[in-house]
Amino acid sequence: MSFQPVKFYQTGTFTVGNRLLPAEERSVQASAKRFNSLNSGHRACQGCGEALGARYAIDAAMEATHGQLICANATGCLEVFSTPYPETSWQVPWIHSLFGNTAAVATGIAAALKVKRLKGADRDVRVVAQGGDGGTTDIGFGCLSGMFERNDDVLYICYDNGGYMNTGIQRSSATPPAARTATTMAVGPEPGNVFGQGKFLPAIAVAHEIPYVATATVADLRDLEGKVRRAMEIRGARYIHILVPCPLGWGTASHETIQIARLAKETGLFPVFEAEHGELTSSLKIRKQVPVEEYLRPQKRYAHLFGKQPKVDVIARLQALADRNIRRYGLLDFDQ
Amino acid sequence: MEKPFAITLDVGSSLANRTGSWRTFKPEYLDRLPPCNAACPAGENIQGWLFHAEGGDYEKAWRALTENNPLPAIMGRVCYHPCEGACNRQQVDESVGINSVERFLGDEAIKRGWKFDPPAERTGKRVLVVGAGPSGLSAAYQLARMGHEVEIHEAGPLAGGMMRFGIPKYRLPREVIDAEVRRILDLGVVLKLDTKVSNIADSMKVGGFDAAFLAVGAHIGKRAYIPAGDATKIVDAVSVLRSMEGEEKPMLGRRVVIYGGGNTAIDVARTAKRLGAAEALIVYRRTREKMPAHDFEVEEALQEGVMIKWLSTIKQAGEGTITVEKMALDDKGFPQPTGEFETLEADSVVLALGQDVDLSLLQGVPGLEITDGVVRVGSNMMTGHPGIFAGGDMVPSERTVTVAVGHGKKAARNIDAWLRGTAYDPPPKHEVATFDRLNPWYYADAPKTVRPMLNIIRRQSTFEEVQGGLDENNALFEARRCLSCGNCFECDNCYGVCPDNAVIKLGPGKRFKFNYDYCKGCGVCVAECPCGAIRMVPEEI
Ligand SMILES: Cc1cc2nc3c(=O)[nH]c(=O)nc-3n(C[C@H](O)[C@H](O)[C@H](O)COP(=O)(O)OP(=O)(O)OC[C@H]3O[C@@H](n4cnc5c(N)ncnc54)[C@H](O)[C@@H]3O)c2cc1C
Ligand SMILES: Cc1ncc(C[n+]2csc(CCOP(=O)(O)OP(=O)(O)O)c2C)c(N)n1
Ligand code: SF4
Ligand SMILES: [Mg+2]
Repeated sequence: MSFQPVKFYQTGTFTVGNRLLPAEERSVQASAKRFNSLNSGHRACQGCGEALGARYAIDAAMEATHGQLICANATGCLEVFSTPYPETSWQVPWIHSLFGNTAAVATGIAAALKVKRLKGADRDVRVVAQGGDGGTTDIGFGCLSGMFERNDDVLYICYDNGGYMNTGIQRSSATPPAARTATTMAVGPEPGNVFGQGKFLPAIAVAHEIPYVATATVADLRDLEGKVRRAMEIRGARYIHILVPCPLGWGTASHETIQIARLAKETGLFPVFEAEHGELTSSLKIRKQVPVEEYLRPQKRYAHLFGKQPKVDVIARLQALADRNIRRYGLLDFDQ
Repeated sequence: MEKPFAITLDVGSSLANRTGSWRTFKPEYLDRLPPCNAACPAGENIQGWLFHAEGGDYEKAWRALTENNPLPAIMGRVCYHPCEGACNRQQVDESVGINSVERFLGDEAIKRGWKFDPPAERTGKRVLVVGAGPSGLSAAYQLARMGHEVEIHEAGPLAGGMMRFGIPKYRLPREVIDAEVRRILDLGVVLKLDTKVSNIADSMKVGGFDAAFLAVGAHIGKRAYIPAGDATKIVDAVSVLRSMEGEEKPMLGRRVVIYGGGNTAIDVARTAKRLGAAEALIVYRRTREKMPAHDFEVEEALQEGVMIKWLSTIKQAGEGTITVEKMALDDKGFPQPTGEFETLEADSVVLALGQDVDLSLLQGVPGLEITDGVVRVGSNMMTGHPGIFAGGDMVPSERTVTVAVGHGKKAARNIDAWLRGTAYDPPPKHEVATFDRLNPWYYADAPKTVRPMLNIIRRQSTFEEVQGGLDENNALFEARRCLSCGNCFECDNCYGVCPDNAVIKLGPGKRFKFNYDYCKGCGVCVAECPCGAIRMVPEEI
């Protein structure tokens, strides 16, 4: 497990930093000298999970590569809120091209760097590609699968907020069942997104048997940083899928972002795990298991489940999905 | 500047975009009052001293602690720790062992010979403290640190009051009292032993004192009328305990009956056991639930073989026997006689029915108000007579060492103000950091450290201390269980979780501040602050 082991210090391993820990054992985000790869002044909504997740991940990658990093970025909120021409929040070499071709752009950068190294450049510059769930699971999927298959030396990070948030909260293939979006309205016999959808790309990445696949959420910073660090130790195609709640699209209060991500993990609806070369190597255990209802109820995108007559059958189907994840990824620690 | 193809503008940083203008609410750091502090009768800043102990800086912790209470080694043994009853950690797993850490710090200070800092300046004012119990000692300590000249007049042969002549050794070794008293005297406080004040006005005039603090305690054992033959030995509990400190130990016989249900009754019964009594039987008129003694003390006494007869009153004492009547609780919970009697063997009867205050030293002082045998004081601890203050067991209040220490401190502050011709204005209290203000997710499970107990055989036959202390390792662990309720402990959470990098880390010990140029007011920092040290307030619009 890449989870950083920390001695018991007052708040255990869960806070961002801790004055009692030696500096080298603290998180990257705890450092006064962190990169702030995504700087202040960006235009993300209040409490945006994607802005937070991106800073967490890219700062960790910058730390792991000593600042020798280039990022390619798909179209989506992350690109639009950070870089309205000619202004940018990025404090890292960064390129935006299109909605669907980020993986391919990153592949090209990695190839160019390889050639430069062959020609004698001594700097080891690494490449990260990043995009939203739409850019990754839908339009960018072909480029991504090719990048996996060729085992290109790129870390691809997907920030999953379950929809096309930037263009007004339309459904993506990663939108979970029952969630209301602008294109899966809460009307008709099966309101919200249909069951059977909600493509889980990490499992598809594992099936490509690439060197490293991991999931994370913005609620477990140390776990997330550990995974980025692990990914940067490895060469070849790597994939990290981070759950980033979107207050606007999910209909949650701006201060609830981390709490909602935590509930996604604690219910089992979002499994947090790692896999290497097609095999599951670790999972982040649920600490205090809660029923899915606790995750669903605060989100307006699921409000239709909690009307006068709560839709217990739909909630039960979502619970079944969580239970399946718990079984599939071993999310409960029976030794406890 | 030459620009690449199709580029017309210079690259700019988003720092130009002051997103702080989006805000309608803003976060604000604050200190809330931890519930332990709120519950401490001595007004200790518990969270404050635990903070230093967590970092392993025990001396700093001890100095922070002794700002409010000069007797931590004593407190860590005899305080009934209402702080632990209020501790928020109870709702996570178990309360923090505040009392055991306090004892560790107190013992550490004695071991390492830490001293109090002498006062910076002298005021030239003289204050008389009557009684060297915890209240008098606490007042003397605070007054001396404020630069006043303090003289304690103590009737007894040694300092400590009920801590020495009441609380048995097996709970409070006398070396501990000696060490903590010595440190107070080292500040220049003059202690006159065997000096009973019989008239306060005279003593003040003779000594040229500008003010006085009275803390004479409550030492006269309450009596109950029990028809008894000459042969029966009836004694009172405080006398028994006091004689434990003398050369001649009390002779109580093989079968000792103790009458009463308070902590004093328990202490006498446990003492009798240790003196070799075959039987120590407590007779109490109500039930265990109604007993004023603390449950843990009852439990420890029972473990040592003390027996308790509930719902019983003593009707008569004969030669080697007593007659008890069974009681029954009425609807209101009061014990009523049943007419059922029983005879028990008893070589002596010890009355532990509470104590009254000896107020003879106050005779002739105008303005005093005495109700129910105790002296009334205002919120400034001053009696009805200007310049004469009082505290501890002799004023209306709960009777504990901790309350006594708190009174002493409070009186000292008011005496100081009074001597300067002003009034002490206590700083406003922060709102309490209740559990719902915290984000308990961030606290890992960590069970409370249990203090070692002396084995049961030694507990029945010796006066060795029953409860052991923590060592450095587990004291540190215990201190680190503190949730730091309502007070920033620099966990970096706000700094880490801000999606807009709008929190500035000021460095060790300096906490954080907000960069309101970019804070959008999302409130994530407030929600994720483990200890409730940030709040949202509306912006002025
Ligand atoms: C058996 C027993 C066990 C107890 N156990 C605990 C416990 O575990 N925890 C706890 O918190 N509390 C306990 N208490 C209560 C606690 O001891 C008292 O509440 C506390 O000591 C009161 O402090 P004080 O300073 O007001 O008075 P005291 O401690 O009674 O001190 C008063 C001092 O004034 C002196 N004095 C009296 N008259 C004069 C005079 N005229 N001139 C000069 N000096 C005078 C006395 O000799 C004495 O030294 C116990 C009490 C008893 C009796
Ligand atoms: C080829 C193409 N089609 C459509 C768009 C419009 N578009 C911009 S962002 C976006 C959705 C982005 O969704 P996602 O990738 O999930 O990122 P998010 O905004 O949710 O972070 C779309 C459809 C585009 N830029 N390019
Ligand atoms: S719409 Fe959602 S993803 Fe986009 S900036 Fe707002 S909160 Fe972030
Ligand atoms: Mg999206």
